[in-house]
Amino acid sequence: MNDQVLILLAVALPFASVAGILLLARWPNLREAVTLTTAAAVCAIVITVFSRFHEGALMAVDIVETLPGLFIRFEVEPLGMLFALIVGVLWLITSIYSIGYMRGHNDPNQTRFYAMFAIAIGSTLGTAFAGNLFTLFVWYEILTISTYPLVAHAGTDRARLGARTYVGILLATSIGLQLLAILVTYAVTGSLDFREGGILAGKLDPAWAGLLYALFIFGIGKAAVMPFHRWLPAAMVAPTPVSALLHAVAVVKAGVFTVLKVTIYIFGTDFITSSGASDWLIWFAGGTILLASLVAMTQDNLKLRLAYSTVSQLGYIVLGALLATNMSLLGGALHISMHAFAKITLFFAAGAILVAARKSDISDMDGLGRVMPITFGAFLIGSLSIIGLPPFGGMWSKWYLAMGTVEAGQWLLLTVLLLSSLLNIAYLLPVPVRGFFGKAGDGTTVTRIKEAPASCLIAMIITSLACLFLFFYPDPFYELAMNTAGAR
Amino acid sequence: MIEQNLSLLLVVLPLLAAPVTAILPQGKAPWLLTLITTWLCLILASWQLSLVTDGSVISYALGGWAPPWGIEYRIDAMNALVALLISGIAAITLPYALHTVEKEIPRHQLSLFYAVFLLCLVGLLGIAQTGDVFNLFVFLEISSLSSYVLIAMGEQRRALTAAFQYLIMGSIGATFLLIGIGLLFVETGTLNMLDLHERLQPIMHHRTVHTGFAFIVVGIALKLALFPLHLWLPNAYKYSPSAISVFLAATATKVAVYIMLRMVFTVFSTDFVRATPTDHIFLLLGVFGVILASIAAIYQTDMKRLLAYSSIAQISYMVLGMGLASALGVTATLVHVFNHALMKGALFMAAGALVYRVGSSQFKKLDGLGRHMPWTFAAIFIAGLSLIGIPGTAGFISKWYLVLAAIEHQSWLIALVILLGSLLTVVYMWKLVELLFFRPITDPALTVTEAPAWLLLPMWTLIIANIYFGINTELTVGVAETAVNLLGIAAIHE
Repeated sequence: MNDQVLILLAVALPFASVAGILLLARWPNLREAVTLTTAAAVCAIVITVFSRFHEGALMAVDIVETLPGLFIRFEVEPLGMLFALIVGVLWLITSIYSIGYMRGHNDPNQTRFYAMFAIAIGSTLGTAFAGNLFTLFVWYEILTISTYPLVAHAGTDRARLGARTYVGILLATSIGLQLLAILVTYAVTGSLDFREGGILAGKLDPAWAGLLYALFIFGIGKAAVMPFHRWLPAAMVAPTPVSALLHAVAVVKAGVFTVLKVTIYIFGTDFITSSGASDWLIWFAGGTILLASLVAMTQDNLKLRLAYSTVSQLGYIVLGALLATNMSLLGGALHISMHAFAKITLFFAAGAILVAARKSDISDMDGLGRVMPITFGAFLIGSLSIIGLPPFGGMWSKWYLAMGTVEAGQWLLLTVLLLSSLLNIAYLLPVPVRGFFGKAGDGTTVTRIKEAPASCLIAMIITSLACLFLFFYPDPFYELAMNTAGAR
Repeated sequence: MIEQNLSLLLVVLPLLAAPVTAILPQGKAPWLLTLITTWLCLILASWQLSLVTDGSVISYALGGWAPPWGIEYRIDAMNALVALLISGIAAITLPYALHTVEKEIPRHQLSLFYAVFLLCLVGLLGIAQTGDVFNLFVFLEISSLSSYVLIAMGEQRRALTAAFQYLIMGSIGATFLLIGIGLLFVETGTLNMLDLHERLQPIMHHRTVHTGFAFIVVGIALKLALFPLHLWLPNAYKYSPSAISVFLAATATKVAVYIMLRMVFTVFSTDFVRATPTDHIFLLLGVFGVILASIAAIYQTDMKRLLAYSSIAQISYMVLGMGLASALGVTATLVHVFNHALMKGALFMAAGALVYRVGSSQFKKLDGLGRHMPWTFAAIFIAGLSLIGIPGTAGFISKWYLVLAAIEHQSWLIALVILLGSLLTVVYMWKLVELLFFRPITDPALTVTEAPAWLLLPMWTLIIANIYFGINTELTVGVAETAVNLLGIAAIHE
């Protein structure tokens, strides 16, 4: 099949599946079959695109010239490929998980859930394959809007307020800061193309580079750099599959992905280092890493704790971009994939606990691990990968990020990274420890609780095995990340 | 034959149809004739636009009297775009009107209603076509008088006060315009726009010319509801019949914006605007308009009034574009004239659909309706996104050009105000969305079903247009750029 058609198909298929999901609303089994088939097809397509890309095929397609000189354009490049690959694979796994979760939870409005989920995934793939900053921004905003109904899914006052914070912060930052930054870039350069080495060098007065870069970094609210991180904890009112795939992988990674894209292809790493654009921004990233970890320790609600952990881990990737050295970019790009697999495992486990034991607070989870060994085992593996211990994939990205700080000579930031890893231990490991060794306050409740539904378990086992597997065989992601970092 | 008289036909056709409609028997017949007329107008307007997109100009001498002595209809890309917009909105409002009008207007007034509607269309199309300032005034009066009548036909008795308020304000505006035109005529002895432009050049510094200009600008500002002369608008939109709020919101103020562009940039010139404080006054009023009207919209408790205040804010955007007085700025204004008609048309149609089902646009009646009317709700949501300026919708294109023009002008404050306006739009649109979807329905006994297809189809046509013109801007931006080229706006001096 034609390569161009493949990209379009990957983006369009999830949108097309919405029609099927809505039409089959009355037959849940058929409806879920549509989701699963589409997810499997998208997964297969993305892997095919990857193999074609690996063979060196150049894949780009212009759809329409929206404004003079500005096309809606799709293009496959290493970083986008990496992102798309993760999303494609994890959507399939999450779909398996959602079926068990949503049915176990007896959730109303499941049709709407699956339909909006598919749209969100389509937009994420659009973001990943966006061939210029204009297209990227279009999909970025569509992603924000399409995830709103998912966050507000429960329809309660709490969900409504959480969703309001979510959409409010994301729209405010993207319209108020990011759009302005894009327009300034366009006014200065007359182009929004992604080009190796950037388009701003030589056109923008270096004195203004720092300000413009800050507009981008804070304007990309999905990267959750403090003080614009509040939307992520607020989004935790969503059903767990949404938190797992969208707010640990798709949406937040769309944010840091955009940061990396802007850094590499709009500014160009040389321009950033020579103009000192990121000199003071790195402290915002460093601050985010530490503060979010500290806040995570104070959270008793498991999903909230994981949310703050995500904020902190996103800080790693943003820091990788800001340092703009080879190693840090490699580490940042790699962390997109490693963190994705680990964090989705943690959320899967959190959701499984919620469905099986109806518990969301960590202080209630004493002794649960003994009746839900697979869930808590998966949680343990995910935690270790996030902390960055061998033999799990998370080690690699942290390693290269640390190397990046050394390369840039930022010893203080190296300390921040190491300190944060210690904090990771302090807020993640108590969960499995309490689960396996803690004594339940009320011994009788534990006996009535069983393991989570099978589909949830399957999903968790796959992702936790992936964490292990990626330690020994990180090659696909490593190569893509390497190409990304090399493209400077 | 048709092609040569195209420009005149566009005005004469509804003018001839109006009296015929008035004498038709009550029932569906007046509606049908109006429908056919508006669709014919749409075809003619599209034809006309296709003739001038390449930048050419059609000059039509009325009655064979050569300009500048006779009345000239002078069609360039800008006229044709506005004419297309008016006839397009009219053509799409008519199917929508069938049921809503039957419900809101007493049966014995139906033929009168459609006759007046056609007259209003004549007035608006005439304004778009003519190249003669006095002729323009006449058409403005035709459209204004007929719209007072249309508003007064609203169901509630308060429609009468709303119409009266508009009548007073509109008449003051029209009088000011006439005084201004009179002063220019005294100075130059001509009424033809192009001729006026040439004859005014050597006497631009005359006090009389300045006075005339001031009268004209204030007069038009009243008609386009420029902040702070907007007070007539919210009630006029709220109390008028649903189909009329759609039609007026999408066309009347846009036509006034067109008159302003013509007067300021064709009759006078960019240099005149920059030499006088005009551009700064436009910018100042635009900034205040965007912010204050958006804030006012947030505090409304009635959907139609909310939309009306939002219209005032959006008009302020157009005025900002004029105030920037650059090619990019005026392009943004023209594009926004077109796009805003699409989104406000859709939103007022949706509001009308809600009113059709529950009889009121008060917030307390609308609680939870979104869940029972999913298509209407989805339309409000998407049109709202367009109003905010989310990429992928028409509204984004307008905002894009407007901010770009502000950056080119190096007015950072203006750029920030435009974006801030978008954020305020998020606030009031989200208020509407949450209320329609999350509040429990007030009266549990009330069973609300989706609006009928006659209402949904036109609404969704506009919604699809909102998305289409957000992705493919060949028509809007292309024509606007051609039009701005013809206006001959000088480049910004550094």
